Parts: sequence; C-alpha cells; structure tokens
Amino acid sequence: MLASAIFGLFVGSIPGLTATMAAALLIPFTFFMDPVPAIAAIVTTVAMAIFAGDIPGALLRIPGTPASAAYCDEAYAMTRKGKVATALGVSLVCSAIGGVFGSAILAMTAPVLAEFAIKFSSYEYFWLACLGLSCAVVVSTGSTLKGFVSLLIGLFISTIGIDITAGHPRFAFGNVEMMGGISFIPAMIGMFAISEVLRFIAAPHKQESIPQQPIKNVFRGIGGIISTYKLNVMRGGVIGAVVGILPGAGSDIAAWIAYAMSKRFSKNRDKFGTGHVEGLVDAGTANNAGLAGAWVPALVFGIPGDSITAIVIGVLYMKGMNPGPTVFMQQPELIHAVFIVFFLANLALIPLGFIAIRLSRTILLVPRHVLIPIILMFCVVGSFAINNTAFGISVMLIMGVMAYLMEENGFPVAPTILGIVLGTMLEDNFMSSMIKADGQFAEFFSRPIAATLGVLVIVIWTLPLLRLLLRTLRGEKTRLPT
Amino acid sequence: MGFNDALIGLVLVIFAIAEIAYSTTFPSLHGQAYGPSLFPIIIGCGLLACGLVLIARGLRTRNQQSRLAQSTQAESDKATNSPTWVQLGDWAHDPASRINMLLVPVLLVAYILLSEPIGFIPLSVAMLTILLFRLGSSLLTSIVIAVVTTLMLQLLFAKVLLVPLPSGLLLRWLG
Repeated sequence: MLASAIFGLFVGSIPGLTATMAAALLIPFTFFMDPVPAIAAIVTTVAMAIFAGDIPGALLRIPGTPASAAYCDEAYAMTRKGKVATALGVSLVCSAIGGVFGSAILAMTAPVLAEFAIKFSSYEYFWLACLGLSCAVVVSTGSTLKGFVSLLIGLFISTIGIDITAGHPRFAFGNVEMMGGISFIPAMIGMFAISEVLRFIAAPHKQESIPQQPIKNVFRGIGGIISTYKLNVMRGGVIGAVVGILPGAGSDIAAWIAYAMSKRFSKNRDKFGTGHVEGLVDAGTANNAGLAGAWVPALVFGIPGDSITAIVIGVLYMKGMNPGPTVFMQQPELIHAVFIVFFLANLALIPLGFIAIRLSRTILLVPRHVLIPIILMFCVVGSFAINNTAFGISVMLIMGVMAYLMEENGFPVAPTILGIVLGTMLEDNFMSSMIKADGQFAEFFSRPIAATLGVLVIVIWTLPLLRLLLRTLRGEKTRLPT
Repeated sequence: MGFNDALIGLVLVIFAIAEIAYSTTFPSLHGQAYGPSLFPIIIGCGLLACGLVLIARGLRTRNQQSRLAQSTQAESDKATNSPTWVQLGDWAHDPASRINMLLVPVLLVAYILLSEPIGFIPLSVAMLTILLFRLGSSLLTSIVIAVVTTLMLQLLFAKVLLVPLPSGLLLRWLG
C-alpha cells in the first residue's frame, strides 16, 4: 500500500501522466494480488495521484492530472504572489477532507442502496445500464453526438466474441483469440497509457524551469482558511460525491463544476483568477470526493462511475467477483475492507502529501523523455501478462492509436470504456428479459422501479433532442465545435 | 491529427454498413425474434445515423471555412484559412517527430511479431534504446537505461509475478 502511495504521488505529480493511467499501469500487478490488496493499491494510488496533480499545477501551471486543470491557473497565480506554500497546503488538506467526506458518503449510501438493489431483476439492470450509458454521453466533455459515437464504438467492441445467448461467434473472423472477446485490461492500458505516450511524442514538452521559491510551513494558516471557508469545503464535498456517482463523470468534471459554483456564489467574485484561495478549497475538495463517489454505483450495481472504477470493475471481474448487491450479502468483509481502505488512504494523504511537496522539485526534474519509453515497455509487458499472448499487445496498440485519434478529434474516450464494460451487461439483461417476457417489450415497464428507470432514460434521451428541435425551429445559428 | 468531421462520418457510415451486413448472417434462435444479430444491428444503425450527421456537419464547416477563406484571403496566409480535409498536428511539420510518431506503432508491431522467436530481453533492450535515443537521450545513456529497465522488468514480471515472458534466443544460447 505504501508502495502504491508513492507510485501514485509520483505519477500524479508528473505532468501528462494521469491518475487513470496510474491505475491502468497498476493492473498487471493487481492481477496477481488478492482482491482486497488489489483494490487498496488502486484506491491509494488514485487518491495520491489526484492530489499530486496539484503540485505541478501550482509550481508550473501545468496540471499533473486533468482533475487539477480547473484551478491550475488559480494555484499558479498564488505561487506568483509568493504564496506557493499556502496553495499547496490548502490543496493537500482539502484533498484529504474531500477524500474522507467522499468515503463517508460511500460508506453510508452504498449498503442502503445495495439492500434496495437486491430486489432488482434483469429489467431493472437493463434500464440501469441504459441510464449509466446515457449519463456517460450527456455528461461527457465535448459534443453529445461525438460522445454517442464513442459510446457506440465501445458497445461494438463489447459484442466481439462468442454471443452469450446463442453461442455464435461474432466479428471473430475465425480467430480463436477474438472469439474470447476483447479483454478489458489491454484495451484500457491502450486507451489510457498508449494514447498518452503518443500524445507526448506528438508534442514534446520542454523541461520547464521551476520557480525558485522556498516551500516552507505548508500547514501555516491552513486552519484559518479552512474554517473561513467551511461552507465551501462542504459544498465541494457534496458536488464531488454527487458528480462522482453519475456514471461517466469523474473527478475532473467535479472539480470544474465545484470551481464554477464557488465563483458564482462567492462574495469576492472579482478576486477569482488572481490567486484567491476560495476556488482552490472548493475544487480541491471536490475532485477527491468525486473519486469515492464513483465507487458507489460501481460497488452497488456494477456500473462504473468514472473511468478509474471502470478499470476496477474489469479487475474484479477477472478475479471472478461480480460487483453488485450480492457482494454486499455474500462478502460483507470485502465491502468493509474497501471502506476502511478509503479512509486510510485519504488520511495517509496528509503525511505522504507533505513529503511529496517537499520533494516536488526533485520529482519535477525527472526527465519525461526518459520515462515515456519505460512506460511504453511496461504497458507491453503488462498487457502480455494478462493472457500471456501477444494478442493482448495487439489489442493495446489498436485501442491506443484509436483513443489517440479520437481525442485529437474531440471524441471523449470515457463513453467507449463504459460501453465496453457495460455492453455485455446490457445485452445479457436485455436478452434474458426478452426471453422471460416472451418478446413483449411492454414487460420492461411492468415493475415499478423498472418503469421509473425506463422513463428516466427516455427523458434523458429526449431532452437534448427537444432542445435541438427548438433551436432549429427558432432558426438560431448553432455554433459548431471545431 | 484532426480530420474533418465529414471524413470521420464517412468512415463510420462505411463501417456501419459493413457491420450490419455481416450481422445479418448470424443465425437466430429458434422461436425467438431476437437473436445474436440484434445488438450489432442496433449499434450499426446508431453509427450510421451519427456518421450521416457528422458528414452533414463536416460539409457545413467546410463551406463556412471556404467562405471565410474567400473573404479574408487577401490579408492572411492561405495555410490557416483554406478548407482542409485533414489537419495535421504540429508533429507532422517536423521530420524528427514524424519519425517518432511512426516509431511507436512500428516498434510495437515488431515486438508482437518478433517476441516469440527473439525473446523479451534482446527485443526490449533494442526497443528502449531506439526510443530513448530518438527522444533525445544520448546513445550511451539510452543503452544503460534500456538494459537496466529491461532487467528490472524481467525480474519483476518473470521472477516475482511468474509471467512466462518469451525467452527466445538468449536462453537457447545459454543452453
């Protein structure tokens, strides 16, 4: 766990290496661990990485992870004012508070929801999967249409392999390894790590010079700031947890929303962007709270709340555990272990984060052009290790290049991942429901919860269409994203 | 590397049609209206629709671009304003990074094809050395880092995690 904490801090603090990538790189190791240490490793790594992303944000104005992008300018402005210690201290303490807050929400809501979810049948699961996928499209960054395309690509990938109901191989073209389906893990390593490698090579950054400013007394005055902005801390925590729970939206979106909310409701709105600490409090709390929030749907329904939990679900499936309400009944000790790990990881953030801040200058000196080839080789070995065949590496390469091209053209990648993870669940539940219902689609609305969920899905889908219709009727000129 | 939306749409449409055509060959279950072909066909239809919208959008942006280009052609350079189908990234203008971009897929394909006959250790050293050198380390440091990393990976995965990395030539030489 300590090792994964250090790893997380390191990856997070290097600009361009994201928290998701840290988790993707960890997978080959978790494959050889028991479920609880595996989850612990991922949780710790990611919590550390999200905080550590703030360090280069404050020092270099380059967010270490996308989750820090929202308030990177703010933190850098504080650095220029000579308040770098305060900026980092605030983001450290807020990260820890946000993490603990999110963990508390997770520990409170997940068991309750699980009790509710145990009554679900395949109809409800079908609608839930639909809901998750729809959220992923609606919430994702960029244009909804492109999000939808990305989702469909993910769903298509999930149909590759032997079909579950009829046992007919689909899109395998006689290839035995294709019949087994595209496994999550090489696909995710490709989409998150290889695409980052390509992006780095496409635009090599120069090593930035680090402002020579003493970082001392990180914790001085933090207590005062936190108590002045306790409301902001609470708000950030709630926003983070709620956004995290929504499938497809992770901590980066939580941070943006929290920052925007903070600006909107602040008394000192004009101070924002000039090195004002308030937005930092909100968004710093929100991104760590979002991490834990994303685990709620993942643990209860097996629907990932963000791309990191999508990876976790992939790992759990490989270990023969199907996340869902039954885990709460059959293996409560596992669920409790997850909660405890969350609290521990976020508390450990304070001392370890402090060390990381002190060492930040050295970490930032590690040349990235040396790291990138090493990461590449690591990915190769990692995706090979899953099935011990070169097929995994091919999957990784194809998915990596695809993810790179998609991101370059404004297609969000998260819906694809959700599509791959949820596609099988969607089809399974649809098929078994249809067989149960004897082909009557109306049966999908026959149970109260199923009907509610179904209506919700339909509303989510019709709203953007209605808006589009209204806009075209008014003849408004739509601004096109380029 | 940015493509015009219309191009992406076209690719999607072609892909979707091929996918639907292939899906209809799937056998259906007895007495069941919905077979294994249902989901692929739905997905195909979705992609088809999105592809068509993207084509329409792409063409519209292109028209706007060309109109913009005509009106401002005099004062600004043509390179930025002329409508383009494919917009290459910065890396494409620099031959060195162009090679680097191609290097990653090429090296990976080489690894996939050659890892069985040649083995992990020599191949990994070679790959890392080439890439490190291309990305700006000196030749000597590249080799040193490549060897150290390879040995660490070998130790970690083959010895600790017991992954059967392809042994290839090296072991055969050692007997």
